[in-house]
Amino acid sequence: MRSPGQLKSSSSELDLDGPNIEDYLPSGSSIQEPLGKLRLRDLLDISPTLTEAAGAIVDDSFTRCFKSNQPEPWNWNIYLFPLWCFGVVFRYFILFPLRVIVLTIGWIIFLSSFIPVHSLLKGHDKLRKKLEVFVANHTSMIDFIILEQMTAFAVIMQKHPGWVGLLQSTILESVGCIWFNRSEAKDREIVARKLRDHVQGTDNNPLLIFPEGTCVNNHYTVMFKKGAFELGCTVCPVAIKYNKIFVDAFWNSRKQSFTMHLLQLMTSWAVVCDVWYLEPQTLRPGETAIEFAERVRDIISVRAGLKKVPWDGYLKYSRPSPKHRERKQQSFAESVLRRLDEK
Amino acid sequence: MGNASSMLTQYDIEEVQQHCNHAFSQQEIVSLYERFCQLDRNNGGFISAEEFLSVPEFAVNPLSQRLLRMVDGLNFKEFVAFLSAFSPHATLHQKIEFIFKVYDSDGNGKVTFTDMLDVLRDLTGTFISEKQREVGLYFQVLTDVLDEAGYTKDSLMILSDFVKILGNSGLKIEVEVPVD
Repeated sequence: MRSPGQLKSSSSELDLDGPNIEDYLPSGSSIQEPLGKLRLRDLLDISPTLTEAAGAIVDDSFTRCFKSNQPEPWNWNIYLFPLWCFGVVFRYFILFPLRVIVLTIGWIIFLSSFIPVHSLLKGHDKLRKKLEVFVANHTSMIDFIILEQMTAFAVIMQKHPGWVGLLQSTILESVGCIWFNRSEAKDREIVARKLRDHVQGTDNNPLLIFPEGTCVNNHYTVMFKKGAFELGCTVCPVAIKYNKIFVDAFWNSRKQSFTMHLLQLMTSWAVVCDVWYLEPQTLRPGETAIEFAERVRDIISVRAGLKKVPWDGYLKYSRPSPKHRERKQQSFAESVLRRLDEK
Repeated sequence: MGNASSMLTQYDIEEVQQHCNHAFSQQEIVSLYERFCQLDRNNGGFISAEEFLSVPEFAVNPLSQRLLRMVDGLNFKEFVAFLSAFSPHATLHQKIEFIFKVYDSDGNGKVTFTDMLDVLRDLTGTFISEKQREVGLYFQVLTDVLDEAGYTKDSLMILSDFVKILGNSGLKIEVEVPVD
């Protein structure tokens, strides 16, 4: 497997030193092996490149990962519609207030014990002595809440603005969560160091990492970032698959704020999901961190029934590196120059 | 985003179909409209260059800048017309005409030696300031093949020239519009 050497860590370039994307992209019609010498029509015929570009305009595997698929409307006839109305009333005026009350009581109890305790003590339970991290596919911020049922995790997450940010800096910081900022240039190195320090510290909560780096719509997985896989410890994959029967748990951060997303979830009947805790994996001899990341992504995708795409999740926020275009251009140039020698 | 086809009336679909000379079926036009709305994130009624470049597969294409010039700011009807050259129902002449338009960046109906060299450079990634030796090489290659086909460096090619050159080459430009 080709690994293209060192990383480019400027903020405008993305680090795409993953598996070769050309292996995944449709290139069936590009540059057939030519016979005979180069003619004018060969140079003028740009149809393979044009077809690829138009194909990308019409449909592309990256945008598909972030599409919220609308469910089929089922309340369209005279019997089902009143039933649906009753359901709406029940969900918004009975379930939702109940949930808000439970949440508020929970917060009151929590804060009344957290604030005094937090200022007095600082230790955590020594639950884990093994060097291990947990990785999972990412669909919404509530993934963290669902996994919290297993044990208190220290999760690594993007620093958010608003009330979520407040939550992050006060409560989540106390379980050892780590922040990163996608838009900061040197962020990657700082975060890698924080991760290493956390894993080596013995009385820290186990680390939970979402290597995709962004929320995906739970039908696909994007490429895993290798940060979690080069810490030198065992990786425990966790696969999460939501059942969309009552509500689609995908947080489409481009379309709605987290508050709206949370409201949508709290006024639905239920959030249904399957969580699989899979066999811990370690780096095999001769395997690079990227290969390891891809292998674990494969395990998670197969278990949760997700399709893999070869794109970096951060392409949601910035442009692809010119490296890919350069690779295409180079292979075209080589084919032209090769034909020059044939007379 | 609600069900896209509810914003597109039957009249609209037929009008678009007429405009693109029936290159696409009605279901394909509905699919294209969903795609158009998906790409047009700020709902401006057209897809800006930024929005096109947010599709990574498009952004890495060597001809993306040339195509952007042709497709930037088009409304839906014009967008479908633009894509009609890629329909399986499009004639060979329409496809050659599309290729001609890609080359003819100033839209004056004539393709010069410089236009052809520019496209070749886009495809191979060579630019004026770097790789001087390779730029000279492509210049020579283009001159040679033009010469062999009976043209010179100063020839101004028009559409019929392109039709003559590419006419019986089995040109394949087709994309499939996914229909749910």
